[in-house]
Formats: sequence, structure tokens, C-alpha cells
Amino acid sequence: MSDGTSAISVVSGPGAPRSAETLSPEGLDSMSDALLVEIFRLMYTIRRFEVVMERNHLAGDLYGPFHSSMGQEGVAVGVCAALESDDVVTSTHRGHGHAIAKGAELGPICAELWGRSTGYCGGKGGSMHIVSMAHGFVGQSPIIGGSELLATGAALAFDLSRDSRVAVSFMGDGAVGQGVFHETLNLAAIWRLPVVFVVENNGFAHSFRAEQMQLNPDIAPRADGYGMRGVVVDGIDVLAVYSATKAAVARARAGGGPTLLEAKCYRWRGHNLGDAEHLYRPREEVEKARRDDPLDRFRSAVSGRISSEHLADIEAAAEVEIAEAVAFADRSPPPGPRSALEGSL
Amino acid sequence: MTREVTFVEAVREAQAEALADDDRVFIMGQEIGEYGGVFRATQGLAERFGAHRVRDMPIAEQSMLGAGVGAAVMGMRPIVEVMFMDFIACGMDAIVNHAAKMRYMSGDQLRAPMVIRTQGGSGTHHGSQHSQTLESWFLHVPGLAVVMPSVPQDVKGLFKSSVALDHPVLFIEHRALYRTRGMVADPLAPIPLGQGVVRRWGEDVTVAAIGKSVHQALVAARQLEEEGISVEVIDLRSLVPMDVDLVLESVSRTHQLVVAHEAVERGGWAGELISRVVAEGFDELDAPPLRAGSRATPIPFARELETVMICDERLIARRVRECLGLVEYSV
Repeated sequence: MSDGTSAISVVSGPGAPRSAETLSPEGLDSMSDALLVEIFRLMYTIRRFEVVMERNHLAGDLYGPFHSSMGQEGVAVGVCAALESDDVVTSTHRGHGHAIAKGAELGPICAELWGRSTGYCGGKGGSMHIVSMAHGFVGQSPIIGGSELLATGAALAFDLSRDSRVAVSFMGDGAVGQGVFHETLNLAAIWRLPVVFVVENNGFAHSFRAEQMQLNPDIAPRADGYGMRGVVVDGIDVLAVYSATKAAVARARAGGGPTLLEAKCYRWRGHNLGDAEHLYRPREEVEKARRDDPLDRFRSAVSGRISSEHLADIEAAAEVEIAEAVAFADRSPPPGPRSALEGSL
Repeated sequence: MTREVTFVEAVREAQAEALADDDRVFIMGQEIGEYGGVFRATQGLAERFGAHRVRDMPIAEQSMLGAGVGAAVMGMRPIVEVMFMDFIACGMDAIVNHAAKMRYMSGDQLRAPMVIRTQGGSGTHHGSQHSQTLESWFLHVPGLAVVMPSVPQDVKGLFKSSVALDHPVLFIEHRALYRTRGMVADPLAPIPLGQGVVRRWGEDVTVAAIGKSVHQALVAARQLEEEGISVEVIDLRSLVPMDVDLVLESVSRTHQLVVAHEAVERGGWAGELISRVVAEGFDELDAPPLRAGSRATPIPFARELETVMICDERLIARRVRECLGLVEYSV
């Protein structure tokens, strides 16, 4: 677990210290039992949802590309737990966890993955295009860089309409090579838009290791070039992610402008289901990384607060919810062919 | 009442009215604020509506268009000015992969009502990268409306409909038209997209065109009249939606069709319209319909070279004669 001193570092931007300053996370003391329980419920649900979906994919129940977010639950949940329910989030191809963390319901998510009429997008989106506006989940863009575009635009809309909401853009480390990363960060900075750019640095852009694509192992210092605050956080530590996001969101909401928040984590699964992982990383590396599990870290962090029986009850309830979501998708009809021609010009 | 304005004044007034009518409307672009736009299309708007609603942008088309999409899905109605149509290539992802698809792929949870205003066209010696006519690209991407006005009244009437549409719109102006003048009704009702108009009645050949090519078709029609050929000229005004019925009705009287555009003939939208007319009105046709478009080369700088490859009134007139079998067809 986090020792409370080294998990978050402000590395650049206005107010950044010469050497890495460490922020103390809002300790556990400031978090209610209800919030801690909810954080665990969401992390566990995402983990198990990905496992179950993968199994169903292999069984042929759902089809198309599938990008698991296993191992990155701490980032999705830590960030979203720090938001108000009407704040908005944009995401990527690896977005199931973000949708769940933002409060979207498992049934319509699952049905969307199944390509059914009851899915959030009526079967027109699929795994890479879940949207739930009712939950502020503006959606995924599997075009690398699209998440930044949409979140920056949403933040611009909030700025223009004097709306106090904040937009969060999730992206992977592969996104920072896109020109649009530079364009949107600069735009958000000069207009002081209420947006937080969260880079889930999971070490890989498909098969490419982060160090093959950039000489500086850290992404957050790039914020300096835009006069923006850059923060590095341990993405395995959900409490550190939560604290760092709280600070970034408060700053954005108060008119202090955007933050570039880099969460270091590790992608447990291949880029997609069926990825030829053996071509680019040894199994031992993955096994070693998986021993540092965000769920385990959380369990030990809250061991003095939440009983293991309570956590076991939450796990059991989550299993039921996932099973119900699968049953819902399974019994839902496919979309009527007429809808294929509706909604465009 | 009616009054005379220039084309670019109509563009400016159309945007001013949109800003005045709806708080959700704002404009983004380069040099559009205090500077007033490189073609004066936004002159005075920043002073009147404030720099927050008439926003100068860094030179960054991808984020400009993408932020427009993001703002639109959150309920705003952005007008995004792309200074030269050629530069739209830098922001194609935002238009093609995002704006065009948000509504459909979200199951109608997201809509991207935005007007992407841009200008293009040849004739001002701007060379290969500042002169293109690229509207045909956007017909091929479902989810985008494509509008190209030819006269000031249509600029204003079509703009009203474009701002009101719950889909993204490419609103394409030809800069050679900016100083042309025309009468504008005041007040003016919106002109629906997808409604073409007959600019000149004729009996022998129908010429369907858009934007500046409408004016060239009218010049060609006057020349051909002296040769005893009666040409009907249709201004389509928008390409998505496209008023194919108006063209079919006209062809049912003239039995001949030429489709004219400044865009490159190869792969241009004339092929789409002709294909529709052939499929739905084949029995009415007395000869193969012909395209009048620009030659398939980049646009050269020198005056003498540019005139060789750009579709103009001479090419349109030649295609009409070819259609009637008066001269032999040549590419």
C-alpha cells in the first residue's frame, strides 16, 4: 500500500518544486467507509467483468475486438471516485473499466458488447464505443487522441456556459505520440479549461514498450512545455490516484486550468484478446507485475477499517450483478434491421 | 424589403444573426477575432459578441475541429472556420471519425451539431495547396451535410438551416464569389437543405452545378443561346442532402444532362448524381450524361497553366455541345 508520502509527485508546471515534491494523499481518515466500500466494489466489479467477458468472448457470445483493462482498475476507479456524478469522462478502446467506474450499468454495457438492442448504443457501438450520457460517460474513442479532443471540447462547453463541471480524458501512453496530444494540451492550457488529462501509462502501446517511443520515461514532465501542472502517481495505488485526482479536479473547477496526470500501471493482458504477447514480453514479466495487484493493495490498506467478511459480501454481490448482466444481454433481442439505417444523414 | 450585399457580407451577417439568436453558438478559427478573418468574414463580430464567443485559435486544425465536436456533444452549436479548405486535411479525423459518427454510433445519445465553414477554389493564384475544391470527399462519409451557396441570399438562408441542423455541416464558400453582389430579403426565412433551384429555364440540355460553377454554367448558357441551344441551369445548393428529384424532373423535359463542378472530375460528385439519374431516369435520357470537372492534376500557379486544368464556362459549354453530338467527346 501507499506509505502516504511517495505515491504522488508534482513534477512540472506552475508551482512545481525544483526537485520532485511529494503530496500527502488525503489519508484514509478523510474517506468515509461508504466511499471505501464503493471503491472496492467498483474495482472488484471491473476485474471480474473483464474476466467474465473474456470467457464469454472465447465462447462466442460476444464478438469483435476486445481490450481488457485488467490491472488498471486503480486508475479508473481512483479517478472517477474523485468526480461529481455530473462531471464527464472520455475514454479509449480500453474503456469498459472507465464506463463502470463512472457509474454506467453492467446490463446495458454487457448488452452493447453482445451487439443487442438493449445495449447503451442499441448495438451500434460495441466494446469500443460505449456511451452513457446519463452517467456523464461521454464515451470512448478508439482513434488514439480522440479522447483528448472530446474532453477538451466538453471543457470548452463548460467554460462557455459557465458550468462548474469538469471533464476528464483517459488515454494510454501510446496517445502521447499523437500530434493531437500536443494540440489539445496547449489549447486547454491557454484557455485554462476545466479538464484533467489522465495518462494510464501501462507500459505498452500494443507491443511497443513506452521506452521505445520516448527517451524520457515520464510523461507528466511534458506538462511543463504548456505551463501546465504535471503529476506522476502510482496507478496501482487507488488511494493515491484518488487523492491526486481530487487535487487536479479542485484546481480545474476553481479556474486553475488543466492538469496532466500520469498514472504508472501495468497492462496485465495483451493489447487485445488474441494478441501474440509472446512476441514482445516474457510470461515471467507479466507474472511478476501481477503480484502487485491494485485490489490486494487496497485490501491491505483498508484492513483496519473494513472487515474481510464485508469485502467478501461485496464480492459475492458483484458476482451476482455480473451474472445478471450476462443473462440480460443473453435474453435481449438483436437490434431490428431497420435501426441500421436510422441516425445518420 | 430587400437590399444588396456582397457574398462575404452575407457570410458575416449570417454568423452575426446565429450568434445573436442562440447563446449556444460560438465561433472558433484563426485570425477571426480582432483581425476579422483573412477574408473579413468575421469582421466586427468579436467586438460585438466578445472574444469568448468569437475565439481566436492557435494554428491547430485537429484540436479546433475536435474541440468543436466535444463542445457540440455537450450541447453547444459551434461554428468552426477552416481558413482554407486545403487545411481541412489536417483535421479530417475530427470530422470523419468523430463528428460524422457520434450520433449514429452512440445510439442517438450524442449529437454533433456544428457548422464547419471553409472556403476554397482556384482563380487567385494560390497554388496547389491553397486552391482545392474538396467537397466530394465529404459525400463519401455518411453523417455529414454538405452545403455550397452560390449567391448572398442562399448564404444567409442556408446558414440558418445549417446552424439548426442536429448533424455536422460542411459549409463551403468559393472565395472568388466573396465580392460578388446579390439581393437579400430581410427578414429571410431559412432555406431548407436539399432543395435545389432552377436558375435559368431551358429546353435542350440540363446543367446541374453548385457554387461558383453555377455562375459559369449561366455564362455558358448565354453563349450557347447564341448558337441556338437552350440550356437549363440548376443550382443544387447542397450535395448532402441532394435534390436529385429536381434534376430528374428537368431531365424529363430536356433529356440531356451535364453536371459541372470545379472539383476534379475523377471521383467527383458529378459521378454520383449521374449514376442516380441513370438509375432512376434512364428512359428519359437521349444521350450519355457528361461530367464537366477539373483535370486530375494538382493546381498549378501560373495563370496559363491553371486555365488549362480548371473547369470553367468553356468546358461546360463544350460538354453541352458534346452531349448534343455537335462535337466529338474528348476527355
